[in-house]
Amino acid sequence: MIELHRLTKRYGDQAVVHDLSLSVAEGELLAVLGGSGSGKTTTLKMINRLIEPSSGNVHLNGVDVRGLELSELRRQIGYAFQQVGLFPHMNVAQNVAVTPTLLGWSAAAIARRVDELLELVELDPAAVRDRRPDQLSGGQQQRVGVARALAAAPRVMLLDEPFGALDPLTRQRLQDSFIRIRRELAVTAVFVTHDMVEALMLGDRIAVMRHGRLVQVGTPAALMRSPADDYVRRLLDTPCREARLVNALLATGAADR
Amino acid sequence: MTEQLALLPRYLTAHLQLTLLALLFSTAVSLPLGVAATRVRWLERPVLGVAAVIQTVPSLALLAAMVPLLAALNVQSIGFLPAFIGLTLYGVLPILRNTVTGIAGVDPALTEAARAVGMTPWQQLRRVELPLALPVIAAGLRTATVWTVGVATLSTPVGATSLGNYIFSGLQTRNYASVLVGCAAAAVLALVLDGLVRCLAAGGRGGRRRRAAAAAGIAALYLYAGLTLAAALAPRGGRPVAIGAKTFTEQYILAHLIGGLVEEATGRTTTQRQSLGSMVVFDALAAGDVDIYVDYSGTLWANELGRDTAGTDRAGVLAGVGAHLRDAYGIVVAATLGFENAYAVAMRAADAETRGVRRLSELAPIGPQLSMGGDYEFFSRPEWNALRDTYGLRLRELRTMDPALMYQAAEEGAVDLISAFTTDGRIAAYNLTLLEDDRGAIPPYDAMVLASARLAREAPDVLAALGRLDGAIDAPAMRRMNLQVDERGADPAEVAADFLRGLRGRNPAP
Ligand SMILES: Nc1ncnc2c1ncn2[C@@H]1O[C@H](COP(=O)(O)OP(=O)(O)OP(=O)(O)O)[C@@H](O)[C@H]1O
Ligand SMILES: [Mg+2]
Repeated sequence: MIELHRLTKRYGDQAVVHDLSLSVAEGELLAVLGGSGSGKTTTLKMINRLIEPSSGNVHLNGVDVRGLELSELRRQIGYAFQQVGLFPHMNVAQNVAVTPTLLGWSAAAIARRVDELLELVELDPAAVRDRRPDQLSGGQQQRVGVARALAAAPRVMLLDEPFGALDPLTRQRLQDSFIRIRRELAVTAVFVTHDMVEALMLGDRIAVMRHGRLVQVGTPAALMRSPADDYVRRLLDTPCREARLVNALLATGAADR
Repeated sequence: MTEQLALLPRYLTAHLQLTLLALLFSTAVSLPLGVAATRVRWLERPVLGVAAVIQTVPSLALLAAMVPLLAALNVQSIGFLPAFIGLTLYGVLPILRNTVTGIAGVDPALTEAARAVGMTPWQQLRRVELPLALPVIAAGLRTATVWTVGVATLSTPVGATSLGNYIFSGLQTRNYASVLVGCAAAAVLALVLDGLVRCLAAGGRGGRRRRAAAAAGIAALYLYAGLTLAAALAPRGGRPVAIGAKTFTEQYILAHLIGGLVEEATGRTTTQRQSLGSMVVFDALAAGDVDIYVDYSGTLWANELGRDTAGTDRAGVLAGVGAHLRDAYGIVVAATLGFENAYAVAMRAADAETRGVRRLSELAPIGPQLSMGGDYEFFSRPEWNALRDTYGLRLRELRTMDPALMYQAAEEGAVDLISAFTTDGRIAAYNLTLLEDDRGAIPPYDAMVLASARLAREAPDVLAALGRLDGAIDAPAMRRMNLQVDERGADPAEVAADFLRGLRGRNPAP
């Protein structure tokens, strides 16, 4: 269970995250939605202390994260970066294996785990295992990044737009596998996305952020039923608006022909 | 050439020992320091600043500065140690700077990723930052390697054997084959070591085998250097008598001559410490790292006693210098060789005759028609000031030139006068004549054999043997020997041996 209590992050006199309180239940996936610059990444990084909050605190399973050994804390939490951040001097297998290695897993267990994870993110282990990150496409790199976050079978995951660079079909398949493993392992996760459909599909609840503040948090149904303000309403309406747009285009297209 | 090549194993081994050990220590100092400077922000500026300041000291001066420093600490002040410390300091900056730059240049997104996957600061350094900074650090290591190999040739004047021995003695005795061998060997060594370091840091495909080969090569070189160094440092019964020499022909000959005499008369072994800087050799004698060398009364009179050069008589200077050395350092004047090697003014003999000049006092009236050549330091030395003021010299032109070319320039008429050393055989060989210093502007420069306090105390037999040199070499004899080496290409050791044979004939050992 993750609890954020009155979290604030200031740079200079500007608060980029402002008085934010939230809790994510054991096994729950919280999707975080919000415009660019609304403070999603900053919030995520304050959970595993990549960024120290200016005030407020974070509890993980009832324990203040500031009381935990940093490396211990982070090894329990899978983190997938928005900018991927693979180590360029390690090959794909070494990148995926990095946390298990730090945890002292046996070489055989690590090798098995690496192949299993590469398959899970739909990469051919034999083909990519020994490649360097710069020999992969952007989408492939992103999938390796997700595999790395999953590697040590963490109970808590922080994912910052992990499927942003994928084509829609691969993306959908990965979303499906992600839903499956999450259920199997009862992972507690915070999942940042720009994609409303992804938020609706994956999120048990959705948190909407704007200008560093939490605007509303609730189940998709609750948000649909009573959006807190106009911003949330328009955000939720996005998929439907797009569908209407597509239908309209198809209609005129049909008329052309 | 073949006798030069015969020296190569010894010089190259010594050079390798110095270079490799210094590089090892430079790296051992600068890598942790560089890492620390990237962790503790305020350290970066002072650390890099100090290293940069060390680098701006001219390399020869840096090595020479180690001598009095170590002497003050009462440890071995000439030989391996000062050269090693100087070289180590010299290699620090490039490695340090590149370590700092390399680590600071690692993408912050990657260090953040390293933290996010749960690395401790140490793991982050070892697994992410150092590997990513490696190419930059290796470039610094290569710079340091090439510099150290080069600067190590300057270890000769502080008494450490190196490939510089070829260069220093070769330049002085005009043995250019020797200079060439020294330079070529140093260049090849630099290329080889640089190549090994490059391979060691090589990445990419096929890099693994090259890395392994380079690592094996470097390990083998270190093993060799370590073993030979250990063998050289292993204590042996009774240390040999160390004979010093400054960097000119006469000094090389005299050092061999003294060595031969001591070995013959006492059965002790001797070792040569040649091409030492003029201040270095004196400090070394005072510290007892050199046991014997020849210096000149006027030089010590001016440098050690800080006395005025003018108006001095030969016996007075000798007595004054002798007393001072004994009282201040316990140094003993074991013999006065019997010749002076003074600064003097030389002129073409024919020219002097037609102009009717034999003395410096006769030069003033014709001064404005004459030009003069001097060695690099002559015109800034007190001797020149004294000459100019005493004789009211006002010359048409003063030209600084290489001492090796001066004599030829005078002979060919490029200049009318030159500064010369009175024992230089080339004065006669080039048909020059010395003008008499009739008003005594230049102090006397009696050649004195100096013995360290330790030698005087512990080896009366050596002192007695040196006594046989008292008055044994007059100026013409010294001039002849110098000429043998400078113009006829003879080996200083041979010339010295010849002289000793003559000495035995005249003055049989008791
Ligand atoms: N080190 C920093 N110094 C100053 N301002 C910062 C710093 N890091 C982030 N910010 C600002 O904080 C705000 C929130 O940034 P954050 O990265 O959390 O946004 P985000 O919601 O993740 O945006 P995006 O969807 O574009 O990734 C932005 O306006 C950003 O410019
Ligand atoms: Mg972001």
